[in-house]
Amino acid sequence: MRRTLYVLAALVATTLGAGSSPATAQSKAVILSTTTSTQDSGLLDVLVPLFEKTTGYTVKTVSVGTGQALALAARGEADVALVHAPALEKQYVADGKMLNRRLVMYNDFVIIGPAEDPAKIKGQAKAADALRRIAETQSRFVSRGDKSGTHALELALWKQAGVEPKGSWYLESGQGMGQTLGIANERAAYTLTDRATFLAFQQRVKLPILVEKDRALLNVYSVMEVNPANGPRVNSAGGKAFADFMVSADTQAAIKAFGVDKYGQPLFVPIAGKTEEEIGG
Amino acid sequence: MELIWDGVRRAVGLLIGLDREVLAITWLSLQVAATSTGLALIVGIPLGTLIALARFPARALVISLVNTGMGLPPVVVGLFVSIFLWRSGPLGFLELLYTPTAIVIAQLVIAAPIVTGLTLAAVQQIPPQFRLQMEAIGASRAQLLWLLVREARLPMLAAVMAGFGGVVSEIGASMMVGGNIRGQTRVLTTATVMETGKGNFDVAIALSLILLAVTFLVNYLLTVLQQRRRPS
Repeated sequence: MRRTLYVLAALVATTLGAGSSPATAQSKAVILSTTTSTQDSGLLDVLVPLFEKTTGYTVKTVSVGTGQALALAARGEADVALVHAPALEKQYVADGKMLNRRLVMYNDFVIIGPAEDPAKIKGQAKAADALRRIAETQSRFVSRGDKSGTHALELALWKQAGVEPKGSWYLESGQGMGQTLGIANERAAYTLTDRATFLAFQQRVKLPILVEKDRALLNVYSVMEVNPANGPRVNSAGGKAFADFMVSADTQAAIKAFGVDKYGQPLFVPIAGKTEEEIGG
Repeated sequence: MELIWDGVRRAVGLLIGLDREVLAITWLSLQVAATSTGLALIVGIPLGTLIALARFPARALVISLVNTGMGLPPVVVGLFVSIFLWRSGPLGFLELLYTPTAIVIAQLVIAAPIVTGLTLAAVQQIPPQFRLQMEAIGASRAQLLWLLVREARLPMLAAVMAGFGGVVSEIGASMMVGGNIRGQTRVLTTATVMETGKGNFDVAIALSLILLAVTFLVNYLLTVLQQRRRPS
């Protein structure tokens, strides 16, 4: 009994020691608020160590939905944001919460669904037309429903289609892309997914791609620095260093090469320095 | 079923191959859970003993609060600890959010009521005659307390196991205040959720099995300790 207590006391001491030492190194820590897709695709596991090695900063990656990522940044709880919801991002920039929005990369979204395709959307050129047919035939559709970038795009597409999605055919999972794909698969439903996550789940999700390559389905990621006015402890130098890193030539080359060995195709297309008009977004 | 076997094979492979990342995650899980349980004992045992022995107004209310606290939802604890530790929060100046210490704090809030509640029950089940006898022999107040705690040590080890089991398996608080940051705050439970999200179900199963094995080992050691010296 007494020996157990000694062991516990030693553990208490080491953990508290480990936790309190970064206080001095804190200015060297950058908090990155980003989306689940950048983490779940494995891209950050490649880029973050590269950034840490070249700059000496340590990165604390908080990967949540785009809505939450921007909300945290606006409170000054992060130093830099890497997200994918252009309309929402522009709103935050206009409000002065986020600074210096720069495009980093894109991939694209696809609409997948059961092979029998009850709403007959296969090959539709416009994603909005496909969604309208899904609503008209009341075919089951799983929405992320979590204010993520994917959810934001889905809502914009419903608006374009002139449909307010509601009813027993419209399921809101409130979870990440992976879980949502799983639900769509089990319930033989349509859903909107980014291609990177879809490729990662190809073995478990048997739903084919039905609609792709519409311009409206482009998934554009940007990096933004957090306005230091948002909170008392924003590390703006660190945030800027990370943003600069994301658009640098070396990083852009790493993004282009990412995923080729595993999926036979790149998961993201680097676009630093371009404008939205140039990429057709 | 095939998937579960894949997971088992993967778990064995990760452990035998001494995968450094998995070992580090396992070690951090253990370290954090042991620290928070240890701190919960320091808070919970005296508090539980005090509530068990003392008579004061609103005692029933305090006991119900402790009992409710034994079932605190980890996500609720995680949310409130996050808000306190935010840069804009009252304890923001400590810059503790997304560190192992933040997880320890949240887990302490989860485990302390469990240890307090079970200690309270353990001390209360000692027959009142025991206390009277010891006082009659002339035990001082401090000696009496020590004897009572000794007498209740078996159920108290159960309190240790319940507290440890509660924190090593919780996910909501670790995710919110830790952030599941690779190499810093990633623990077995948050890594399992993340691997599931990535579609790496075999790795997720492997991590779950490691968590179960670790929890079993710790409980086994505590049980051996508990059963070794039975009071005669």
